[in-house]
Amino acid sequence: MTELLKEALILVGAIFMFLAALGVVRLPDLLTRMHATTKAATLGASLIMLAVALHFAEVAVVARALGVILFIMMTAPVAAHVIGRAGYFVGSRLWDGTVKDELKPHYDPLTHRLESGLEPERDARRRAGPSDEAP
Amino acid sequence: MSIVIMLSLVLMALALCLAFVRLCLGPSLPDRVVALELFSSVIVGIIGVVAIATDVPSLLDVAIVMALMAFMATIGFARFLERGGPRDD
Repeated sequence: MTELLKEALILVGAIFMFLAALGVVRLPDLLTRMHATTKAATLGASLIMLAVALHFAEVAVVARALGVILFIMMTAPVAAHVIGRAGYFVGSRLWDGTVKDELKPHYDPLTHRLESGLEPERDARRRAGPSDEAP
Repeated sequence: MSIVIMLSLVLMALALCLAFVRLCLGPSLPDRVVALELFSSVIVGIIGVVAIATDVPSLLDVAIVMALMAFMATIGFARFLERGGPRDD
């Protein structure tokens, strides 16, 4: 039973990693590629580490395997966020079929500043003078 | 060595090859960084499977160090890219 579960975990983990690699080759732009690698590769490595914990079944090894899983689960989203941010900043092109880029009207790539969209109201209030501003 | 371990090692080796294709092909530097991150994840998996196949639990330490180094390298690359400003490679 344990043997069967272990083999299933290893196989499913390997298949997920293969799918992640397939996605990174086949998908059209940076963000979709990241969407493939981050989730699938994280899940694949976690499943294989679970299989390692089942195989050895000692306290020290199980603790280490769970530590690896926890570390991967905590760092993969952070790394993906940071790379996606850097990729947007350096101007990597989006896929032609992208229907919405919500950051584009608010972000100025030259001054590296992000506008919230509420600036005209604030500037108008400032121009009207501080006297009629609500306390 | 059982057939499942053999099959999973073959699958992960194929995954490494595909990631290498993206690493060579990748139109921009962030794409290459994503491929390198995938490399490290697949290598963590391979180390786990090899640890099971050879019954050596000490190999897990290597997996821990691998995951840690990949995270550090990714953060470093991202900082380097953000300092640079818009680029076209």
